[in-house]
Amino acid sequence: MARAATTTDAFNAVAEPRRRQILDVLAAGERPVNDLVLQLGLAQPVVSKHLRVLRDVGLVSVRDEGRQRVYRLDGQPLKPIHDWVKNYERSWSARFDRLDVVLEELKKTEEEKSGSDKQQ
Amino acid sequence: MAVTSSNKAVVTLPAENQILIVREFDAPKHLVYRASTTPELIKRWWGGDRGECTLAEVDLRVGGKWRYVMTANGGFEVAFHGEYREIIPAERTVNTEIYEGAPEAGAAVVTTTFTEEAGRTTLTLLSEYPSREVRDIVINSGMEGGMQESMDKLEQVAISLR
Repeated sequence: MARAATTTDAFNAVAEPRRRQILDVLAAGERPVNDLVLQLGLAQPVVSKHLRVLRDVGLVSVRDEGRQRVYRLDGQPLKPIHDWVKNYERSWSARFDRLDVVLEELKKTEEEKSGSDKQQ
Repeated sequence: MAVTSSNKAVVTLPAENQILIVREFDAPKHLVYRASTTPELIKRWWGGDRGECTLAEVDLRVGGKWRYVMTANGGFEVAFHGEYREIIPAERTVNTEIYEGAPEAGAAVVTTTFTEEAGRTTLTLLSEYPSREVRDIVINSGMEGGMQESMDKLEQVAISLR
């Protein structure tokens, strides 16, 4: 499988912390670009650059409302990341559930040992 | 006996070449460390629900090697190996990790930290891959089982990716 170009890949798009911040803000609902600029405390050209990358991978869409450009989140391109993280998380959770059992035994053994030490 | 629900492992992607796993355990850190570095104990949990860990070799010293082998449920073998770079017992270890199924991808560097509070331990595993491409290999290999997942709560993913 050929690797997707950087600008068309959601993995790359969300690798940038500022862009994740933008997604976080948009997760609460659509916002005009000026709101994003205020909320993120970044210069407008910087925000616009990040929004451009997010648009290129389909993570945000934009519509004009009067003189304002309003951005909204589209979660669809996050699906591969979502699937992967969940799958990976499930796999590690299963490991750690078994580790819990091992730890319970170690704790019990240690308590018994300290109990018998005290008796001696 | 009361059944307590297990703590959830939280996986995040802090940077484009990293994976971070965080999990809390109801045990002091010296025991979590022991269970993470003792071969016969590793064999009991490392396979998870993906298979059975058939080999765990640990030479726990700086420059020492480790190797884990799992026979996956499909019958095939999955193996990882690497070298310890830093060991502070029950505090922090740094080791390399090479997936033997794709050794050309190079080594990840895994930093494991053990933090105890009130008898409970938070374990964090930070894996740093040589490049985003290598992490993508891990991503792609982990994708198969996840493709049928329902598309629920995608907004939350954006939040959890913080």
